[in-house]
Amino acid sequence: MIDVKAPPLPPKGGVPAARRRAYRPDRRHVPVLATLALLILMYVLGVANYDGFSDIQVLLNIGVDNAFLLVVAVGMTFVILTGGIDLSVGAVVALTTTVAATLLHAGWPSALVLPLVLLVGTTLGLGMGSVIHYFKVEPFIATLAGMFLARGISLLINRNSIPITDGFWTFMAQRRIRFGPGIFISTSVVVALAVVLTAALVLAYTRFGRTVYAIGGNADSALLMGLPVTRTRVGVYTISGFCSSLGGVLLSYYMLSGYSLHAQGMELDAIAAVVIGGTLLAGGSGYVLGTVLGVMVLGLIQTILTFQGTLSTWWTKIVIGILLFAFIVLQRLVTRKAR
Amino acid sequence: MSVWRHRLFWPVLVLAALLASNLFFAPRFFAVRLQDGHLYGSLVDIARNGAPLILVALGMTLVIATGGIDLSVGSVMAISGALACVLISDLGDQNSVGGVLAAIAAALLLSLLAGVWNGLLVAVAGIQPIIATLILMVAGRGIAQLITSGQIINVRSGPYRVIGGGYALALPVSVLIAAAAVALAVVLTRRTALGLLIESVGDSPTASRLAGIQARTLMLMVYVFAAVCAGVAGLIYSSNVASADSNAAGNLIELDAILAVVIGGTALAGGRFSLAGSVLGAVIIQTLNVTCVSIGIPVETTLLFKAIVVIILCLMQSATFRAVVTGRFRRPPPASPSPAAAPAPRTEIPA
Repeated sequence: MIDVKAPPLPPKGGVPAARRRAYRPDRRHVPVLATLALLILMYVLGVANYDGFSDIQVLLNIGVDNAFLLVVAVGMTFVILTGGIDLSVGAVVALTTTVAATLLHAGWPSALVLPLVLLVGTTLGLGMGSVIHYFKVEPFIATLAGMFLARGISLLINRNSIPITDGFWTFMAQRRIRFGPGIFISTSVVVALAVVLTAALVLAYTRFGRTVYAIGGNADSALLMGLPVTRTRVGVYTISGFCSSLGGVLLSYYMLSGYSLHAQGMELDAIAAVVIGGTLLAGGSGYVLGTVLGVMVLGLIQTILTFQGTLSTWWTKIVIGILLFAFIVLQRLVTRKAR
Repeated sequence: MSVWRHRLFWPVLVLAALLASNLFFAPRFFAVRLQDGHLYGSLVDIARNGAPLILVALGMTLVIATGGIDLSVGSVMAISGALACVLISDLGDQNSVGGVLAAIAAALLLSLLAGVWNGLLVAVAGIQPIIATLILMVAGRGIAQLITSGQIINVRSGPYRVIGGGYALALPVSVLIAAAAVALAVVLTRRTALGLLIESVGDSPTASRLAGIQARTLMLMVYVFAAVCAGVAGLIYSSNVASADSNAAGNLIELDAILAVVIGGTALAGGRFSLAGSVLGAVIIQTLNVTCVSIGIPVETTLLFKAIVVIILCLMQSATFRAVVTGRFRRPPPASPSPAAAPAPRTEIPA
């Protein structure tokens, strides 16, 4: 019997064999590796140019300042992997902070408020997912309506910023996990990392995760293969809703306030982070790890601009635009080669 | 085909309902009076304030008809207004007509370049429209702020003020500009084969190319058209407020415009479009804003009201939803009796 799985014999001569053994990244990993390379490059440039940039706390602060964005972007990754889009995330974040602040202000116990606000976002996500799947409304339009709805409800609840003085919330906001003198992370970072880890495991090792990729590859094929398309598609929007409200909770730790105008334009940041992280907007290809790197790239840009001091804030937008362009072209080249 | 299955039936119904609801709360809502040779009244205000949205929705319609989408229109509005205002504020005499015209030409040229950029990315580089235009959407506001150095530029220019606030033939100039653009688009697309070609590109770019249609050129053209429309809208907006505000100009207008197009019965998947529907959609959105004020809905709930109307409208246009309501859900989907009444139920995302 011939073992069909046996690799072809290496050609004679040492040089080609050595070349075969040289590291050649999987094509699917190229965008993520490119993001990683960019991140390292930016960091090295930062360290070389600015005093105090090499301080380990500078890196950790990126996590502290962007934990909520990371959680939101992870949820967005699920949606984008199926080829959909969720424009409502920023509004859901704002709604969560407003509801949480209002209820806490009214004296509700935090043990009740926390699950309740998480339920609000999850329910909204479930609703949008159902409308998208069952009534075949475009994800763009359905989540746009969800965005208006969530922002509208939070404006209805309160137009003003509501401070949060609850004990648990302030504890979560002020608690620092210290690794040494002057080196610390906030509790939000721990929560965000837990979310990232869970999401990565779910996408890589569960049937649900496989189905997410399959739908993004080709929804019709997935359906014909007998995969649970309905459950999965509604599921990803529910996950995104949950992640948005969890991001909202983290933001309310960070800001210690609830405000209907929090997180304006966060959906764009989240989408940009996902795209810079190497996930195809058409769906079917991408990793949560890439999204983490994408969020760090966005955070590092902000940090560099802060260190530079003389550059104006609008350069952030222009730089993010240029990065988006570079990564999209890179993705284009990678996917074209793959075909 | 019965009337209620016409694709503009539901939008017209909603518009009528909105206008009618105004009648109860503001009896003089429909009064249009002539004063100093200018028309005044709520209806005129709707048209005047809705002009930028109509223009943007017009360009968006053609882009969506080719199966694309343009998220950058709001940023292009900001860029165009910013450049025009900076150039005018640099003029020695802000009231010189020649200088203002030059500034307007420069702003429109820059918008055109923005459209070429989008078009090249989509048509030549083959990048998905939603991402290709996302680049300019994010970077565009930065560029606009770069042009104005982050300031809000105020101008005191009589000729420039005319675009957004002037009157001609008793009508606001902005309305006339929008009407001219709509007329131009209708003539170009419906009196020539252009509209058909655009729809065929939206159905299948490959098949169109094989049939001898210059799909790439057409796609490039619609993005340029959309950007120029947005540029004009940006001029109207900045002229109306006599200043350039890079953050406020055209903020979220891309969403309103896409909404207007969808309300008007153009499928996001491309392949067919209705210019009349998009104008109707834009007018509905503007009426919605005005209605909220006239009914006395507090500002806080305007957005909520808008969301509810949008949800109702989208559900009404969903063939599946109507089938559920009318109890025909159990029939096999291919036998769906009203395929023409709603956007074709496609599973793909708009990109």
